[in-house]
Amino acid sequence: MTIKTDRRSFIKVSTAAGGGLMLGFTWVACKPEAEHAIALAMPEEWYDVNAFLKIGDTGLVSIMSPNPEIGQNVKTSMPMIVAEELGVDWKDVIVEQAALSKDFDRQVAGGSQSIRKSWDSLRNAGATAREMLISAAAEKMEVDARECTVDKGIISHSSGKSVSFGEVASMASKQEVPTQVSFKDPSAYKIIGTDRRNVDGKNIVQGKPLFGIDTRKEGMMYASVLRPPSFGQTLETFDDSAAKNVKGVTEVIRFGDKIAVLGNSNWAAIKGKKSLKAIWKKGESLENSADHDAAMKQILKNAKGESLRKDGDVAKAFKEADSILDRTYEAPFLPHNCMEPMNFMASVEGEKCYAEGPIQTPEWTQNRIATATGLKPENVEIKLTRMGGGFGRRLYGDFAEEVAQISQKAGVPVQLLFTREDDMTAGTYRPASKYRIQAAVKDGKLTAYKLTEAAMNSNMYGLIAHFFPAGCVDNYEVVAGKVESNITTGAWRAPYTNFLGFAEQSFFDELAAEMKIDPVQLRLDLLENVKGTTDENIEYSGERMQGVIKLAAEKAGWGKAKDGVYQGFSAYYSHNTHVAEVAEVVLEDNKPVVKKVYCAVDCGIVINPLAAKNQIEGGIIDGIGHAMFGDLTFEKGSPSASNFDRYRLIRNIEAPDVEVHFVENVLSPTGLGEPSLPPAGGAVANAIAAATGDRFYKQPFIQYKDVIG
Amino acid sequence: MASYELNVNGKNYTVDVDADMPILWVLRDTLGLVGTKYGCGISQCGACTIHLDGTAARSCGIPVSKIEGKKITTIEGLSKDGSHPVQQAWIEHDVPQCGYCQAGQIMTASAFLKDNKSPSDEDIQQAMSGNLCRCGTYLRIRKAVKTASKNS
Ligand code: FES
Ligand code: FES
Repeated sequence: MTIKTDRRSFIKVSTAAGGGLMLGFTWVACKPEAEHAIALAMPEEWYDVNAFLKIGDTGLVSIMSPNPEIGQNVKTSMPMIVAEELGVDWKDVIVEQAALSKDFDRQVAGGSQSIRKSWDSLRNAGATAREMLISAAAEKMEVDARECTVDKGIISHSSGKSVSFGEVASMASKQEVPTQVSFKDPSAYKIIGTDRRNVDGKNIVQGKPLFGIDTRKEGMMYASVLRPPSFGQTLETFDDSAAKNVKGVTEVIRFGDKIAVLGNSNWAAIKGKKSLKAIWKKGESLENSADHDAAMKQILKNAKGESLRKDGDVAKAFKEADSILDRTYEAPFLPHNCMEPMNFMASVEGEKCYAEGPIQTPEWTQNRIATATGLKPENVEIKLTRMGGGFGRRLYGDFAEEVAQISQKAGVPVQLLFTREDDMTAGTYRPASKYRIQAAVKDGKLTAYKLTEAAMNSNMYGLIAHFFPAGCVDNYEVVAGKVESNITTGAWRAPYTNFLGFAEQSFFDELAAEMKIDPVQLRLDLLENVKGTTDENIEYSGERMQGVIKLAAEKAGWGKAKDGVYQGFSAYYSHNTHVAEVAEVVLEDNKPVVKKVYCAVDCGIVINPLAAKNQIEGGIIDGIGHAMFGDLTFEKGSPSASNFDRYRLIRNIEAPDVEVHFVENVLSPTGLGEPSLPPAGGAVANAIAAATGDRFYKQPFIQYKDVIG
Repeated sequence: MASYELNVNGKNYTVDVDADMPILWVLRDTLGLVGTKYGCGISQCGACTIHLDGTAARSCGIPVSKIEGKKITTIEGLSKDGSHPVQQAWIEHDVPQCGYCQAGQIMTASAFLKDNKSPSDEDIQQAMSGNLCRCGTYLRIRKAVKTASKNS
């Protein structure tokens, strides 16, 4: 495969032209992040080959990981792709987290897109550097570059001569950047497709400072912020005399409707905050979940909203149907509850801001900080730390914006930490939503499918309305309506599909029963209809969907469960990845218990199976946990829970075993941070229905006390 | 302000802090030992787990005034170089995703294994259920504890 190189990855090379940019080794000496013992000595000189990689005079290679690390493991998998094309031994690679830089495209962690969108640029960075090393080596050995090959950091000529990366690193950095490179054939991969441990693993298990909350800076103060207790409230006045008497508190700063307490420890700041006496204005619009529910039900009833897709004549098909299935599914708001609460460090000095912390969207956040402080975006420097989870919450840099404002007012570097209570009550929640699904059946065939969405603040985006069963049913319609709210909402791991997947896959299970057909067979039959579609909005593949469905059914022994084991099926495409799951439930004391989930995934080439499985296992457990327990409602604008005493997350003993299988192919890789989550709740609900005969239409499932116990 | 004598990871420290300051914040903000994490502050998540005289304890719920004379071990002091069998097992099974909860998980597991040399799968799940992990690494945690129990 040949591909034109992209100028973008070589900006640094051109700035370094005429000598190669030599970097001291101090920066790397502080960051030996490779999980393995580094076999090669630490270099004295480093040579920039392109923005993604530097090669040391000993042959050690340092690869930049451009995207933010939230636990999706890109800090290991992205450099693996570069290393593969470069032809270096993985043990001779160290990895560094890139800061926000114009050298890289899309430095975002979100939508499970890091790997998919960077696949070409990462391979390009590695392949181009490899060609530059070869041409330098050919020059040095006085041989023809076309007769050279690269393996494990050695460039060999057919005559038997060879040189190492380290020997030609300096020369390579001065080579002309090739305009065309070819990528390796997947059959030749030595790193991609092999299990590689997390490059930060050793540091994590030793408690090394890696996270935003661990950031420290000379003269830095800790801040805790008091915000209005309810959405819709504003600050009238406050008394900070008691707060200022708390030992360690240095300053109290009001900004907008919020009050920041600064101190010489988080404890001082938190204690100071608790001592504030604030008087809040009675808000005019303090909202209740009960009102939200009523308004959303009205949307569903009247199918009022925007038409997102319409095929055929749905009304006619319903009129002519032999039978109709009509179901409504309901979901609450959800907080994100990243284990590391929101935090950020900022130091505003005059016209400049240095900010460091955990953020999924550094570029957007740079602009937010600039707007809030009146600084120019180019004067706002952002450094990325490892993130203790993101799940969509860290797409929103409200906390970075807050701390920049506080630092600007205080004139010192400040680290803002949300307490868990702040984190859960000042969220950008998964919006509460409801789905009504209606299906028409005639002569034993599905003739129409209608999906109506009612959600708080915003509706399904992108191509979700064109997911399965769009293209499989002649008469198909999606309508989406929303209820405006002052409760802040946003993306939450697998936005919309995190609940739509459950609703739709529960519905198909019931529909199959109604049609007296096996639920797996129903899906396989329907998917026949979408094969060969020319509809550009339909991005899922009938063949690949059937592939994962068959694989999951085969591995789980679908329909052949042991006595007392009840199975539930679910299949869902999202974030460009096809997934099918079979959940197994048993009855203990007459109550259903989820024992195991089989999962089949088609994500194209699997970069790092060890880490890929971790994502899939985690997504399933997270999906089941939230389907079972996740619940947040509002009364008078105030959330029903603010900490883990009243908000239940799934715990170790409640997690089922997970068995993961991949469809093997050489298609371009797609992401895994989200896709295993949407089908999980449906697989479990369908298995529980098989075991008990009870169907769940609402999350969390624990509200069905007589079934769950 | 009062002054407290602490023994952390075999070293003695004197800290001048409020009597009610949880040991979590003393470790993190006063002593700069940031391996111990904050997750909830109300003894519900396990992110802040340390050892007090070898027993697992939630550092967010224990005021500094209550632990004088006790030996504190944090994740930084579990081993010099990450060689503790639990840390090794964590690496072997590639447990972490985001990694934030893992110091607490490791401290819980290492204290548990001291008293339970050959735990059953059920024992392990029970023992590890006080520590939350939003990333859902529970299955690997179980496997790693099992492996560590064999290598301890
Ligand atoms: S921070 Fe101590 S248990 Fe959560
Ligand atoms: S690894 Fe992320 S919270 Fe446990």
